[in-house]
Amino acid sequence: MIPDLGKYAGAVLSSYAITLVLLAALIGLSLWRAARVRRQLDEVEARRTRDD
Amino acid sequence: MSLWEYANPQKFMQTSQAVLPAIWGLTALSMVVGLVWGFFLTPEAENFGSTVKIIYLHVPAAMMAINAWVMMLVASLIWLIRRHHVSALAARAAAPVGLTMTLIALATGAIWGQPMWGTYWAWDPRLTSFLILFLFYLGYIALWEAIENPDAAADLTSVLCIVGSVFAVLSRYAVNFWNQGLHQGATLSLDKQENIANVFWLPLLVCLGAFILLFVALVLERTRTEIRVRRIKALIARERMA
Amino acid sequence: MIALFLRDLALAIRAGGGFGLGLAFFLIVVVLVPFGVGPERGILAAIAPGILWVGALLACLLSLDRIFALDFEDGSLDLLATAPIPLEGVVAMKAAAHWVTTGLPLTLAAPVLGLLLHLEPAAYGWLVLSLALGTPALSMIGTFGAALTVGLRRGGLLLSLLVLPLYVPTLIFGAEAVARGAAGQANATPLLMLAGITLATLALLPFAAAAAIRINLR
Repeated sequence: MIPDLGKYAGAVLSSYAITLVLLAALIGLSLWRAARVRRQLDEVEARRTRDD
Repeated sequence: MSLWEYANPQKFMQTSQAVLPAIWGLTALSMVVGLVWGFFLTPEAENFGSTVKIIYLHVPAAMMAINAWVMMLVASLIWLIRRHHVSALAARAAAPVGLTMTLIALATGAIWGQPMWGTYWAWDPRLTSFLILFLFYLGYIALWEAIENPDAAADLTSVLCIVGSVFAVLSRYAVNFWNQGLHQGATLSLDKQENIANVFWLPLLVCLGAFILLFVALVLERTRTEIRVRRIKALIARERMA
Repeated sequence: MIALFLRDLALAIRAGGGFGLGLAFFLIVVVLVPFGVGPERGILAAIAPGILWVGALLACLLSLDRIFALDFEDGSLDLLATAPIPLEGVVAMKAAAHWVTTGLPLTLAAPVLGLLLHLEPAAYGWLVLSLALGTPALSMIGTFGAALTVGLRRGGLLLSLLVLPLYVPTLIFGAEAVARGAAGQANATPLLMLAGITLATLALLPFAAAAAIRINLR
């Protein structure tokens, strides 16, 4: 499955791992915060229309 | 119909909602294609062995690290000149993405440097410039976080971004001068674009596209979040007034 | 404007601390370095230009947050902003006063401290010259940073984070000029670049700093 990386396997695999982890963290945090803020906004909007 | 219509937050929210799924989809597709192609299907390079596969991460991340700053500069100028809030928020949204890209470029560069140059870190002009760029991102984000008044924060960070850009370019040349001043002639150079064969170039192109799409998707998504945060604050302030 | 300059000078000297503190800090940094790297003459001489420049830069940083903070707290900054003289001029005068109270003493003290670090005899002139050329830029850039953070309660740490990356080009050219001078190489290029940076910052940054202050006072 994984191609033969020779003696540099550690370097290649670790740089892929670090990049994917960092990107996943960035995307995950962005989406998580987006979802949380969207929920909060819905709440506030709902409160506003109920009060009107 | 002009470009400035998208500066209206409502229009921006509608349009970005319509196009975001497509952009995320394309991002995922090109990322998978580019990385799988690069990782599994390319041969080893003569001098670099399998470490050549790192360039599919390193080069796009480094490119986006610089482009993100340029995009922030343009957005800051638009905010200062035309006072479009979406522009200021887009600049804010882009900064952490640029920071992460800089970090990826530095980390993959260091990992690549260990077997190739025999050291994780060299005070090579390019590496040093990226470290300085990293510090600029940190300062910019910290200034955004520190100021409470949103308009003042947008103004001050824009001024910082413009001044910072001038100094970033200046640092690039200063660093170039500094290291060549110490070691006559560069002993190590990263000639990637030169003499690069098509087998490596094509997957690299796909990865470059994937990182650009990822950047666009993340910035749009994060700008939407910032706009929503603004709206929540405005609504809560209105509730308190009532 | 001259009255403002003299007022800032008098305040800096009389209010205590600010004036001597930078110099004392510079001295301590230079004294601490040999404890860290060992007393060998060769090593110290080799790193002396860099240490002296970094020390001067850090000492300069210490007093930056005082440039506007006191005037902001007691409201005199609002008065200055509405005064008939342009705010850009006020900012430039503030930077000049900061330079006279920190940059100039640091420049004059540097040769004495160079002695402690076994600086090459050929380098003393270059050290003073490069510091004299470079420290005005440090003061001006620092004034810009202080203007950005003037309204913040815990601005000190942030100020360092914002200003230090901006100091990089000045530091590089300054230390390089001394190092080349010490080695007997031609150092006209870094000196000219250093002077260029100083002149450019003096010409342009007052506008950016004044804009930042107007935003903060809004």
